[in-house]
Amino acid sequence: MKNAAHNHGILESRLRQLRSDGRKILVPYITGGLTGWLDAIRGAAASGADAIEIGIPFSDPVMDGPIIQMASEKALRDGATPNSILHELRTVDVDVPLIVMCYYNTVFRAGHDRFANSLRDCGVVAAIVPDLPLEESSIWATAADSAKIETVMLAAPTAPDERLPRVVERARGFVYAVGLLGVTGERTELATTAVAMATRLKKITDIPVLVGVGVSNAEQAKQACSVADGVIQGASVVRRLLEEGVDSVAQYVAEVRTAIDSSLVSKR
Amino acid sequence: MNAKPVPTELLTPGADGRFGEFGGRFVPETLVPACEELERAFTDAWSDSLFRTELDDLLREYAGRPSILTECHNLGAQLGIRLILKREDLNHTGSHKINSVLGQALLAKRMGKKRIIAETGAGQHGVASATAAALLGLECKVYMGAVDVERQSLNVFRMKLLGATVEAANSGSRTLKDAVNEAMRDWVASVETSYYCIGSVMGPHPYPFMVRQFQSVIGREARKQFQQMCDGADPNVVVACVGGGSNAMGIFSGFIDAKTRLIGVEPAGGAAVGRGTPGVVHGMKSYLMQDEYGQVQEAHSISAGLDYPGVGPEHSYLASVGRAEYPSVNDQEVIEGFKLLARTEGIIPALECAHAVAWIAKESPKIQGQTVLMNLSGRGDKDVAQMMTILGNELD
Repeated sequence: MKNAAHNHGILESRLRQLRSDGRKILVPYITGGLTGWLDAIRGAAASGADAIEIGIPFSDPVMDGPIIQMASEKALRDGATPNSILHELRTVDVDVPLIVMCYYNTVFRAGHDRFANSLRDCGVVAAIVPDLPLEESSIWATAADSAKIETVMLAAPTAPDERLPRVVERARGFVYAVGLLGVTGERTELATTAVAMATRLKKITDIPVLVGVGVSNAEQAKQACSVADGVIQGASVVRRLLEEGVDSVAQYVAEVRTAIDSSLVSKR
Repeated sequence: MNAKPVPTELLTPGADGRFGEFGGRFVPETLVPACEELERAFTDAWSDSLFRTELDDLLREYAGRPSILTECHNLGAQLGIRLILKREDLNHTGSHKINSVLGQALLAKRMGKKRIIAETGAGQHGVASATAAALLGLECKVYMGAVDVERQSLNVFRMKLLGATVEAANSGSRTLKDAVNEAMRDWVASVETSYYCIGSVMGPHPYPFMVRQFQSVIGREARKQFQQMCDGADPNVVVACVGGGSNAMGIFSGFIDAKTRLIGVEPAGGAAVGRGTPGVVHGMKSYLMQDEYGQVQEAHSISAGLDYPGVGPEHSYLASVGRAEYPSVNDQEVIEGFKLLARTEGIIPALECAHAVAWIAKESPKIQGQTVLMNLSGRGDKDVAQMMTILGNELD
């Protein structure tokens, strides 16, 4: 295993600390601009989330399945823009790191430095850009590094063994282990690729490894955490916000929290 | 002479997949290995004489190549120009799409894939993909915007008849851009067994380069045929319509080193080069119709095949260096162009190609006496029902 050579930013330091405290990491995803999204962030933070990922809606979200597509379209119809979302995010005072997920054209159009700085100015500490693979990432990564924005890299099940170390090398904050071949969305079972991917990554890095895409409920989160340092919960959270509202998000986060905490207890 | 140096040969993109600043490979991590595998497979196949022979045989004996040139004596005389058409409309399946699809389907088989995915706008690429899949024994799934399923129902039926599954894309603008999104989502989930057969010179590297290579047969044939017809001369102007831009790149590729103006005609409601700014979507950096925050805008065109807010990156490059021009025409001019070619020459063009006719008719006072080669990339049969709705009473 290789120790990360870079300095740990706010997000990575926090996640490493949680891991050494023996806690599994829970990151809910919330689409920015949806009705109640700011309260959902507050509710999730109060119910056991360790960091929160905020999606900036994009017109053409190719990595997202029906639920997050629907949420993005709804937020855009309601007038959400990257600026309005970041502006509103300033009003949220929670004690967990905030991560932004956005497609690359949002960054490119704003300008790399300008976007990175605007994230920092709004209290965001990290970014996930799902359509910006390693080979295209250098301009953004440089801008993000100088603004102290940690760029989370995705690692996919299709990556050959020789590729993973290069992806991990560039990852800041944590490595996002893509749990399955496919887009975001709820599945009835956790794909076997989820644990397999976490296992491959844990072998080669000490950066926190979080599994996302297709981790759909508390039980699946617990399964993924048998190997991974934590999970990202996207569609299952967004669906609750869309269909049931803010309280349901907080309840769900608490439920997943309990499940992944119990996995630690039972292990000991 | 201080004229800006203009490229006289086609670019072969390097490992970064760029044409100048455009192109690249902006795809989810899951797809990167697949794009790399495809790049290796295409490079290998393209330099393999057995593959090339197999493709040439299919193009000749199945697609009906070479396509002929037809001189439009009536319309030419009316407009005061010499107008010659490259008849891609006479290919099997009715458009130029078959050139690329046969190449890609052969490549898919060579790579051991059992299933192809395609997106389609007007349905021409979907029909061509379904056709090649039937011929080569591949499973085929075609994504088509729900709006296009409605206005091109005949092509939907043709695809089903050929054994393909057609799925309506109901997200976003429910046209070509959203069909591409759905096809990419399918590909992310099925990448190990499926080949994504992209319909134009767009998408992540190597697609824009590869599809241009497959379509370059149009330009190679046309240059030679034109010179035979016109005492060794090259045309003054080459004109083609541009949505993603594969038929235009196909014919432009044959004239890049000639002293010929290259004109790509865009729809006014989908003028990516004419009105767009650089952006990144569908795996490529190219001109794009987008708002100030980078949200992709919906294109609006009478022709489903050009209803696309982006454009292939090589067109963005050719525009940026001044080698090709990208004017646009509006839907009304297109309708007039459609009728004009039908009435003067007895040829019903696809609505996409009617854009090129419309530009030629509009521009003719400025190009009097010149020779104009137009790529007639598809026939209009698929558009007759739609035009009947638009023109019905007017023709009585």
